[in-house]
Amino acid sequence: MADRITMEVARYRPEADDAATFERYEVPCGPEWVVLDGLNYVKDRLDGTLSYRWSCRMGICGSCGMTVNGEPRLTCATFLSDYAPGPVRVEPLGNFPVVRDLVVEISDFLEKLGKVKPWLVRRDERPLSEGEYRQTPDELEEYKQFSMCINCMLCYAACPIYGLDPTFIGPAAIALAQRYNLDSRDQGADERLEVLSEHEGIWGCTFVGECTTVCPKHVDPAGAIQRYKLTAALASLKSLVLPRGAGKEEAARNA
Amino acid sequence: MVRRGGEPILWLMFSAGGVLAALVLPILVLLFGVAFPLQWLAAPDWPHVLGLVRHPLTRAALFVVVALSLVHSAHRFRYTLYDGLQVKHLDELINAFCYGGAVVGSLWAAWVLW
Amino acid sequence: MPDRALYTPHHPRWLRHRVSTWWWLGRWSYFAFILRELSSIFIAWFVVFLLLLVRAIGAGDMAYRQFLDWSGRPLVLVVNVVTLLFVLLHAVTWFNLAPKAMVVHVGSKRLPGALIAIANYGAWVVVTGGIAWLLLGGTNG
Repeated sequence: MADRITMEVARYRPEADDAATFERYEVPCGPEWVVLDGLNYVKDRLDGTLSYRWSCRMGICGSCGMTVNGEPRLTCATFLSDYAPGPVRVEPLGNFPVVRDLVVEISDFLEKLGKVKPWLVRRDERPLSEGEYRQTPDELEEYKQFSMCINCMLCYAACPIYGLDPTFIGPAAIALAQRYNLDSRDQGADERLEVLSEHEGIWGCTFVGECTTVCPKHVDPAGAIQRYKLTAALASLKSLVLPRGAGKEEAARNA
Repeated sequence: MVRRGGEPILWLMFSAGGVLAALVLPILVLLFGVAFPLQWLAAPDWPHVLGLVRHPLTRAALFVVVALSLVHSAHRFRYTLYDGLQVKHLDELINAFCYGGAVVGSLWAAWVLW
Repeated sequence: MPDRALYTPHHPRWLRHRVSTWWWLGRWSYFAFILRELSSIFIAWFVVFLLLLVRAIGAGDMAYRQFLDWSGRPLVLVVNVVTLLFVLLHAVTWFNLAPKAMVVHVGSKRLPGALIAIANYGAWVVVTGGIAWLLLGGTNG
């Protein structure tokens, strides 16, 4: 049983390099060691200059997404022993600019996330005296899957459309917009429609489906997007036929 | 440049065309493309097909299937050009070629059918 | 520190990889996707073929016979066999993916996607049967 494994880790030092290089590190491969454990071993014992992001190491913070042997993975959820005898190639998350080593620049995603207003939008705030907003289990089921997103951006790394055109708003942003559109407490579907029906919004998506394949939380962003295409298209049609735009939220929730 | 309002309608037509193409074309390709030419099955005689094609319902159905299938193909091919060949900057040319082709095809279909 | 990080596409020291023209050969799923998209070419071809057929029918018995002969020529046959494969690819991927876009609710519960897919396949069987019946038997003269 192999108890050591070689990791080929991408290095990029902006102050000195013009391109990425690979350095090989031999790390222990304990029975439940994940790629992140290997990286931490490198940083602690072998090469303290290695830069990378991580936090919870249990698949909920979304910080440790990287490309492992060509696949976008959460390094805290990817076992080293699966790649025995190795080597394992660890590169920064795809489709994002690399700042240093394994650290990518994610402001693009954060900006797009902000654009879709990922919070409950109310036209009319109810006073506290009316009590809390109540929801049946069925109403919760409507959007629950999309609320599982941890913003790890593996879907952006997997999406070839985002790779080809970084102005594309991307899978997670649309899935999160849907999480709120489909929430019975939300009244903001109209506002999100504006942003999402731009050409770089949902219409750039050609339903490759890779985003759903790589999502570690089973959010199914591809499904969210296709469903929203139908909603948005019907809303567009309705606004052509009935210019007053009757019942868009109703339509958004029922689609 | 496709207007922002254009995409949703194009997508609806693309979807409708996709459904119709998926439902109707396979059997037609199987019969007229493969089975009849290879004589696995006897091709229907001329009076029979003439009677079918002449019927106003058939003409209308054929036109709808043809026109929407062409829009479906145009839409899909346009995006394949964008993503496959990375020529999105030529989008005006591509749109004209794809959707223009669909329109020309539909006009030809109308001429053939009526 | 700006209070909102601005995305600047051309930061001089960030490393950006240009997507290769052959990106779609990189993964099997990307390749399968491109194949599915290319089915659009074969659908367009068969529409043309169909219109040529209708035109031949309208032109008379001789023209119809000639068209059937032409469709039996090796090149045309090969193209149509390939077309059949791609049209089937289109149909199967379409029906399998349709439930993602078409979410149907009965009351407050959502119908399972598999049911929608089965309904689509069912419709396919009915339409296929109907067309075959019309062409091969049906209203015979």
